[in-house]
Amino acid sequence: MDNMNKQNSILEIKDLSVDFDTLAGSVNVVRDINFSVAAGETMALVGESGSGKSVTAMSILRLHDEEKVNYSSGSISFLGNNLLGTDENNIKAVRGSKISMIFQEPMTSLNPTFTVGDQIMEPLLIHKGMSKPAAKKRAIELMELTGIPDPHYRFDAFPHLLSGGQRQRMMISMALACDPKLLIADEPTTALDVTVQLQILLLLEKLKKEFSMAVLMVSHDLNLVKRFADHVCVMQEGNIVEQGRVDGLFNDPQHPYTIKLLNSEPERIIPDGETQALRDNKELLLGHHLKCHFTSTKGFFRRTLTTVKAVDNIDLVLREGETLGILGESGSGKSTLGRCLLKLENCSGEIYFDEKQIDHLTHTALRPLRKEFQVVFQDPYSSLSPRMTIEQIVGEGLEIHFPHLNKEQRREKIQKVLLEVGLEDDILWRYPHEFSGGQRQRIAIARVVILEPKLILLDEPTSALDVSVQKQVLVLLRELQERHKISYLFISHDLKVIEAVAHRIMVMKDGKIVETGETGEVFSTPKETYTQNLLTASLFKDEKLTA
Amino acid sequence: MTTQPSIEQLLNLSPLQRAWMRFKNNRRGYYSLWIFIVIFGVSLFAELISNDKPLIIQYEQQYYFPLWNDYPETTFGADFVSMTDYNDPYIREKILANGNWAIYPINNYRYDSINYFAELPNPARPSAQNFLGTDDRGRDVLARLIYGFRLSVLFALVLTAIGLVIGIIIGSIQGYFVGKVDLVTQRVIEIWSSMPELYLLIIFASIFKPSIGLLIILLSMFGWMGLSDYVRAEFLRGRNLDYVQAARSIGVSNVGIMFKHLLPNSMVPVLTFLPFRISGAILALTSLDYLGLGVPPSTPSLGELLSQGKDNIYAWWLSMTTFSVLVGTLVLLIFIGEALREALDTRRG
Repeated sequence: MDNMNKQNSILEIKDLSVDFDTLAGSVNVVRDINFSVAAGETMALVGESGSGKSVTAMSILRLHDEEKVNYSSGSISFLGNNLLGTDENNIKAVRGSKISMIFQEPMTSLNPTFTVGDQIMEPLLIHKGMSKPAAKKRAIELMELTGIPDPHYRFDAFPHLLSGGQRQRMMISMALACDPKLLIADEPTTALDVTVQLQILLLLEKLKKEFSMAVLMVSHDLNLVKRFADHVCVMQEGNIVEQGRVDGLFNDPQHPYTIKLLNSEPERIIPDGETQALRDNKELLLGHHLKCHFTSTKGFFRRTLTTVKAVDNIDLVLREGETLGILGESGSGKSTLGRCLLKLENCSGEIYFDEKQIDHLTHTALRPLRKEFQVVFQDPYSSLSPRMTIEQIVGEGLEIHFPHLNKEQRREKIQKVLLEVGLEDDILWRYPHEFSGGQRQRIAIARVVILEPKLILLDEPTSALDVSVQKQVLVLLRELQERHKISYLFISHDLKVIEAVAHRIMVMKDGKIVETGETGEVFSTPKETYTQNLLTASLFKDEKLTA
Repeated sequence: MTTQPSIEQLLNLSPLQRAWMRFKNNRRGYYSLWIFIVIFGVSLFAELISNDKPLIIQYEQQYYFPLWNDYPETTFGADFVSMTDYNDPYIREKILANGNWAIYPINNYRYDSINYFAELPNPARPSAQNFLGTDDRGRDVLARLIYGFRLSVLFALVLTAIGLVIGIIIGSIQGYFVGKVDLVTQRVIEIWSSMPELYLLIIFASIFKPSIGLLIILLSMFGWMGLSDYVRAEFLRGRNLDYVQAARSIGVSNVGIMFKHLLPNSMVPVLTFLPFRISGAILALTSLDYLGLGVPPSTPSLGELLSQGKDNIYAWWLSMTTFSVLVGTLVLLIFIGEALREALDTRRG
């Protein structure tokens, strides 16, 4: 641990432990942690889900349910006052004025029934006792400061009229309203697209200097922390296992957990030359002029108001044994394209699967073919029915597509596939909620692999997983591909993941293909500006970009 | 708290087991459930507790079971060939004399047996003969309360079960198929629910002979609508969830998705409502009986007792006792319902 200047530190957390009351008694979620944040610096709390980083951040403002939480030891001193000791009124005076917080999800952290202007004015009226016109003037200044275009006009806008990035800027304006000494940012950019993420982070960095405040950033993203933080605390299961300056810690990690985290960044797992070898393979999936338009209509005569071209005239080829990565930001139509290709969504255009035209088939005619092309969804928490056992979940497809198997044969097959995806074979009677995210995703993979499909659509299969698990799942997918010669359509917004597994990639924007080519080529020499921006933004390569 | 499980044990419980844990932790609801089960369970054997026939008689070295067989008075040495009135002091004396014996139920009346040997005019105040007095026709109030409680609860259970089945079927069809099916059904429901239920009941009561069956049919025709709304809403929410999409992409049929995937996950609001629906049904039956539109006159009914209480305002034992039974039942059900609602709320531990 490095010595920080005592005079300089704004926030000091000493031996803090946090317990939660549950049905089963008290659960300790944060254990004896120590760190301090100095003025003008960015402290990052990194860790995987469940490590206690958000709990720690929320404890500072005592935002936990007072009846359920118990701060069993330690102190949180802010400018010399112990926040854990003070009464409710004092903490209210600190919240939003001296310490403010921005949250992960800008879609839900603004109140949809008030205009954003009213919401930015609120802390000014409460904490600064400003008059309404003065507060409005200041609010517009703040909006300007956070880079919102036309702040006068946006002042009266409701949250739903703004994009995710704009909402997060609004949240930041609100947080800055009372010139806080400390800004707590709980995963401030996780819900945003990469290009927007970079803008917001650069903005935070700029404002930190202007307001000379300290920032406590909670994040799971090591690259982001490396680029934007000064100090870092690595948390694991409620403990701080290692802390120090960013450059020191990243270059010379001491604790095995930190080393593990740093090594879990995905790296290319496809051997060179394989892409070339696949070039002459049979075409498994072909799409021609695929279009999927959503129209909103109004009135009795169904006047067309707007048309959203989610997929706009796309051609695509996927060969046997190949992984095609579809890369794009949210709203680019990449998921819709995937769903169209598997006929889970209606679309126009021709689709050939294994030399058979499938776009005109009815649901019933398609059902026997479904065995050949399967889907793995993003969120393993919502893709497994919570009231079915693992045997029922994995075996469901068998009952439909392999009706000749009897119960014992089915069970044997289920056990075999569970072992194959790296799970135990004795979990048949357990329920999904007993498993971690990574294990659930393995179950979801087992469910589709058991049907011996030729094609699997992977819709952001690793986005909901922790980094260390993410890599394991990618490796598993690769093994399965090699063993069974499965083709993958791999949809992701994460360039690193795509880079790790895709033979070829297709970059999408607004329903159209921006660029397509072999992975190595596109990543080393992107032709289109959009691809170039995407690459720089997501890898934090270019530090000259401004907000 | 009964036993405290460790965190590991807690995490390994299925969602329902965890809900049960939370339910047990709500002491009021948990005890209410047990009290209700015991009282209802006992009332199911009302014939053994409150009856005008002894359970068993030993008369001149022979056993008689009046509950199952009818014996003429001559069997016990009386004069008539008519059915025995075991509460007749003369018969009673015969049965119990000369080393003969009989086990009488705790309360010596059935819901429809009239105490011909009462010492007081009807309605008679509580006495050693009739623990809670008699009603204006000389029938024992306690007996009528026991049988009336049983009938009300059974009625409510049947009504709720029928409503549940219809509500789930219609709600799931609406929520799963959406579009035109949903649109049309929802309009039909709106029209149907705006029909004046009470008038219909009055009209039907004048056309048909009132009976429990008729009441169940009539009330079921309207009772499912509240439930179908919730099932529909849950299906609408669930039909786009990933696990439903996953099932669809595996090739599961619509019926399979509806009943294997969606229904088990849509039961929470439905379960939460059940105790409240049961109490609502009890109240509905009571009010209809009170208005005289309910069950036929001889049937034991809480509503009818209440209406007698209104007619004989001085006979406090009619209204007060019925009131207590009714309030007790409803309070127990509401406590159970509250505990169930909290238990099924996954945001709690």
